[in-house]
Amino acid sequence: MAKRLGSQTVVFDKQPIILSGAAIVGKKEGDGPLARYFDDVVDDEYAGEKTFEAAESRILKDTFSKALEKSGKAAADINVILAGDLLNQSTAASYAFRDANTPFIGLFGACSTMSESLTIGSMLIDGGSADYAVCAASSHFCSAERQFRFPLEYGSQRTPTAQWTVTGSGAVILGKDGQGPRIVCATPGKIIDQGIKDANNMGAAMAPAACDTITSHLKDLGRSADDYDLILTGDLGSFGSSMLNDLMIKNGIDMKNKHKDCGTLIFDLEKQGVNCGGSGCGCSAAVFSTYIMNQFRQGALKRILFIATGALMSPTRSQQGESIPGVAHAVCIEA
Amino acid sequence: MKKPISKHEYQKMVDKKAPGSHIARNIFAAFITGGIICSIGQVVLMIAENFGADKDTAAAVTSITMIFLGAFLTGINVYDEIAKFGGAGASVPITGFSNSIVSPAMEFKKEGYIMGVGAKMFLIAGPVLVYGIFASVVAGLLYFIWKQVV
Repeated sequence: MAKRLGSQTVVFDKQPIILSGAAIVGKKEGDGPLARYFDDVVDDEYAGEKTFEAAESRILKDTFSKALEKSGKAAADINVILAGDLLNQSTAASYAFRDANTPFIGLFGACSTMSESLTIGSMLIDGGSADYAVCAASSHFCSAERQFRFPLEYGSQRTPTAQWTVTGSGAVILGKDGQGPRIVCATPGKIIDQGIKDANNMGAAMAPAACDTITSHLKDLGRSADDYDLILTGDLGSFGSSMLNDLMIKNGIDMKNKHKDCGTLIFDLEKQGVNCGGSGCGCSAAVFSTYIMNQFRQGALKRILFIATGALMSPTRSQQGESIPGVAHAVCIEA
Repeated sequence: MKKPISKHEYQKMVDKKAPGSHIARNIFAAFITGGIICSIGQVVLMIAENFGADKDTAAAVTSITMIFLGAFLTGINVYDEIAKFGGAGASVPITGFSNSIVSPAMEFKKEGYIMGVGAKMFLIAGPVLVYGIFASVVAGLLYFIWKQVV
């Protein structure tokens, strides 16, 4: 059984193994620096479907199939699917898996969904509730734009701190046995709201949550940033990342040399016109499931801390004058 | 661990560090874009007058033409690119108003003609219409009172 350590960290006894990971992304992501790691690039923003919402479900479903294929497992081996997305009622995930004939637990953690699903999946496997689980998340630029911002063809400018919602999804297969990197512990994050109200500055809204979770994680385990090869945040973007590093220094932790962010890895910030970088559940899910898993296979990484960060933003609450709460969940993965 | 920073302190940190907009570049782009759109409008007006239209008719023809151009460029996925460059220079002229109505109409067609196009068409232009009409009523009343007094 897992053991709780310090204020909020859970150390797993039967460490779940990441058997495989897969990601399918959109065209813009396919033009980015990580293109060669992704399993497929879908040029058509409708992915052959009639609506953007259906396209997102299609991409998520295909990513799941791809991850399953790479793991060598059959769909019948999977005990539970843990997935989520950004859409109202998490419809991208629920429609993607409506024919899966597998127990489904829908998650919402905004862009923190991938590490949220890894945390819960690991707990289920460690506790013996599941032998094999799928952890997945998705987002789609067009479905997110129409829900959170403006119609696609409406002419507007983005502020410099804005981020670009990634079209794509990532999925990993977790198992009780097999070959692959192991999830050794997890630190579920608290909701932290430092009063940021600007929906075009999600990085600033999420950075305090990431700071809180990382600080708690290190404190609970008595570790320093140097104990990790990489501290990978979800989608803080370039501005959120610099805020995180400033906040960490205020906490007496310098992790700048160890830190990278999925939002700045997935796009070329100079050339792709994405301002502060990528965002959306699919951003960290796709980067983690393919690029990072590849780095583990190459032996380039031995131990990382993966912290997907979510801005729990609701257009309704924002219009009512509320600030944006952030949440970040950390999982520690070892080769 | 040191004591946590307050919301106020954090907001100050963010404001200090946040990259600002390129104001000079944006103003220049808006001036050029808005200028070109208005120049096209002026050409349409002069052509209409050349064909013998009176002042009111020529103005109406110009508005209709510019609204059509805005709608057309939105329909072929070009207007958002113009606005990305030109900012307010593209959204303030009547072509931008046209874009703000046509873009939701296109976007929400998937939800049907009643709850989609019909209900969402004025999603962005709605407030402009509400307060535009309200302001014109107020102006009309003031004008009426002024006329009575003078």
